[in-house]
Amino acid sequence: MIQAIAFYLFASMMILSGVFTIFARNPVHSVLWLICAFFNAAGLMVLVGAEFIAMLLVIVYVGAVAVLFLFVVMMLDIDFAELRAGFIRNAPLGLVLAVVLFAELFVGILVRSAGDLHIGKAVTASATPAGLSNTAAIGALLYTRYLFEFEAAGMILLVAMIGAIVLTHRERGDTRGQNVSKQVARRPEDATVNVRPEVGKGVQL
Amino acid sequence: MIGIGHYVAVSAVMFVLGVLGIFLNRKNVIIILMAIELILLSVNLNLVAFSAYLHDLAGQIFAMFVLTVAAGEAAIGLAILVIYFRGRGTIAVDDVNRMKG
Repeated sequence: MIQAIAFYLFASMMILSGVFTIFARNPVHSVLWLICAFFNAAGLMVLVGAEFIAMLLVIVYVGAVAVLFLFVVMMLDIDFAELRAGFIRNAPLGLVLAVVLFAELFVGILVRSAGDLHIGKAVTASATPAGLSNTAAIGALLYTRYLFEFEAAGMILLVAMIGAIVLTHRERGDTRGQNVSKQVARRPEDATVNVRPEVGKGVQL
Repeated sequence: MIGIGHYVAVSAVMFVLGVLGIFLNRKNVIIILMAIELILLSVNLNLVAFSAYLHDLAGQIFAMFVLTVAAGEAAIGLAILVIYFRGRGTIAVDDVNRMKG
């Protein structure tokens, strides 16, 4: 009973947050509604017993991605009223497409619940071991069977990081940065002179 | 436990909302990126729900990979957005094709 109440609470809040994300006039409100949607999705995942993914969703999405969105929305000086100009013009096509897509997805769900289709059986190699917490089971599977995929995910993050830095980095003319190759190429004989001044006289450089 | 059909229905609604968001806010690339995040969230919800119902952890592992790609995509997308804004002073994406050449 309490499970059903929690499910419908999280699900309705998530859908509502998704609607407000799309329709909010202010993009800052959009980002905040997106964060709300992520929290409710995490709640849904906890209900189904996937604590680790739920935690990951809160940490990665709310902690990193949504804050990144918030930074960009607030940092750039954008005229958002002008960007909403095509909203009404695009609405009919978008609504028709959304209705068609939803009808198709819903027919799929109905067909499955009518019993004509059966979802697959679990592969025993990835089955949840008994007596292990969700996090421990995922860890045991991730570092053995899916090790190469895990490392590929790390490479994807590395490429994304380098790409973001390369894209947004710019040389500014008014600052003097460090020139490493110039520093390394500098030799002692170019930089220092050895003189023997007479007693009582200064050194001419 | 709640039936799998409920989870699939909720994630279908979220998916459709994401697609609708892309169509409604065709000029505002920030909202488009957020709509893509909504779509990926619904996919993740689907993967996790089926993983729980089949007692097969592969779905949760792949939800993690989807999360990784979504984070990278958001970072790259926002970086492109920042340099586009720097060059043009607006983020209206319906005339992005002027970037070519």
